[in-house]
Amino acid sequence: MVCAGLEKRYGEGATAVHALRGVDLTVQRGELLMLVGPSGCGKTTLISVMAGILDPTDGTCRILGQDMTALASRPRAAFRARNIGFVFQAYNLNPALTAAENVSVPLRICGAPVREAMRRAEAALDLVGLGDKTESAPGDLSGGQQQRVAIARALVHEPQLIVCDEPTSALDHANGQRVMELLRRVGTVDGRALVIVTHDARIFDFSDRIAELDDGRVTRVGTPGAARHSPGPSSAT
Amino acid sequence: MYQIALKMLLANRGKYLGMVLSLAFTSLIMTQQPAVFASILTRTYGLIDDIAIADIWVMDPQAQSVEESKAMPDTRLSLVRSVSGVEWAVPLHKGSLKVRLPDGNTVGCGLIGVDDVSLVGAPGVMRSSSMADLRMSDAVAVDAEGAANRLAVRTERGMRPLGVGDALEVNDRRAVVVGVADATPTFQSQPMLYTTYSRVKLFNKSERKVMSFVLVKAQPGQDHRGLAARIASETGLTALTADDFRARTLQHFIKRTAIIMHFGTTILMSFCIGAVVTGLMFHNFTQDALRHFGVLKAMGADDRTLLLMILSQALLVAGTGFGLGVGMAMIMGNLPGDPMGMRLSPLILAVGGGAVLSITLVSAALSIRQVLRLEPAIVFKQ
Repeated sequence: MVCAGLEKRYGEGATAVHALRGVDLTVQRGELLMLVGPSGCGKTTLISVMAGILDPTDGTCRILGQDMTALASRPRAAFRARNIGFVFQAYNLNPALTAAENVSVPLRICGAPVREAMRRAEAALDLVGLGDKTESAPGDLSGGQQQRVAIARALVHEPQLIVCDEPTSALDHANGQRVMELLRRVGTVDGRALVIVTHDARIFDFSDRIAELDDGRVTRVGTPGAARHSPGPSSAT
Repeated sequence: MYQIALKMLLANRGKYLGMVLSLAFTSLIMTQQPAVFASILTRTYGLIDDIAIADIWVMDPQAQSVEESKAMPDTRLSLVRSVSGVEWAVPLHKGSLKVRLPDGNTVGCGLIGVDDVSLVGAPGVMRSSSMADLRMSDAVAVDAEGAANRLAVRTERGMRPLGVGDALEVNDRRAVVVGVADATPTFQSQPMLYTTYSRVKLFNKSERKVMSFVLVKAQPGQDHRGLAARIASETGLTALTADDFRARTLQHFIKRTAIIMHFGTTILMSFCIGAVVTGLMFHNFTQDALRHFGVLKAMGADDRTLLLMILSQALLVAGTGFGLGVGMAMIMGNLPGDPMGMRLSPLILAVGGGAVLSITLVSAALSIRQVLRLEPAIVFKQ
């Protein structure tokens, strides 16, 4: 993924808010990149643009060679459905569906037959260690288990990019570590890239690189060790 | 995706039941009320339907409907019979009088006097004895519904239906029930007495003219409308085919009474209430599920998929609500002793179904608007 000169402005004139101010960023295949920075620095806006669910005001974002900003709404949705997986801070599992049904949603969006989607969803749940919870309702699962269901959902259609928004912030330390181990283990295989927005300095070591954002700009891109000693993200946690 | 949409709907039990019940009651009123109205309308021309053998009804020009006739002198009968193309013509009396029952009670009744010879105009189905018994001395027949209800006789053991052999008093004359007949109930829901035309004259001795209608059978091959026009021009009377007379009766009834306004207002109110309640609940349901629609949108579900998901939810609500409503209407229509009756025609079902469908489609449209406008980036907000 190559983002070049990304800008995002909300509003016009004197009251305009600049969420992104010329972000250049590249994510390689098989890489786990973390986006860190204080609240309001533009992390969520950047990940939304990277995932193709928010239009930048200026700049381009190419995923697998496809300029997302050049795609119309429908083909962009189809591109997302095939190539991008999502993990959310609040899990965003549908309480009306079982764990397996939740996991099968991306496949159903891609048009897979229900039976095949359910079979693959059960396999994905097995992969994240929840093979015995396929029929459970999200409300019956712990926070850590729900996040693992969400990870299975992000993986089930074998996307090339997974974007995660604060995947550990709602979990205790032990569960957060388990979730990150899982993401590291299954999230970057087969050349898949993983972009994680986080405040949680305890999970920095799971990343390959960390991009630090401040006031809509990428201020530094470096290794986990460098980020841990930087005052920016550490002070935000 | 439809399965997911329906699961989302059914999981929100409170709102789903609220919408279904709202549409069920709307459907109930929108089908039951028109069905009762149709039943009442049918009663206004019930006599025309009962005397299906008559091709043409001839009446005084001032007569407005089958319920509001003006008596003619018997000489008009000969005039009608003399028109070419008339196979036969017979007199019919339609009036009302008071009847004293065996227990001494007095009840207002309708009276039909039929041709003594042919008995044309008498009900076709007799539950007991034969219509020919009307030719017996003092004979009258009564309609079954009237016999069982308004004409029921009080005895020491309680009420019993008026039956064959019971004696009545009509304008100081004795009448004996010789039969109980099935007949279409009249609009006024009066009990009906049937007797011969000559006996009507005995019951109404003070009346010089008792002929309300002349019933005409056209010769084979005759155009009924053409013959009716000929009768009208040659006799100066009004002559209408049975269909035209039925339509005229119906129109007169609708114009003269405010009943259509009453039924129309009830139906309109139920439509409006159903639309508002269902619309609001569907809107709230979608509002509750907006985050999940946002997740689907972020994951790549396009607008068409989301639109079809919401439509499938709306159709399930509409189908369930309409089915329940019509079911309740049919149960109400078949309750024993229902005094109004119902004519639940395919047209009423189609119109009621269309109204319920339009309510849900408008509700769905409002919800679809919310979802289509939804920014998928909301999924990254807490």
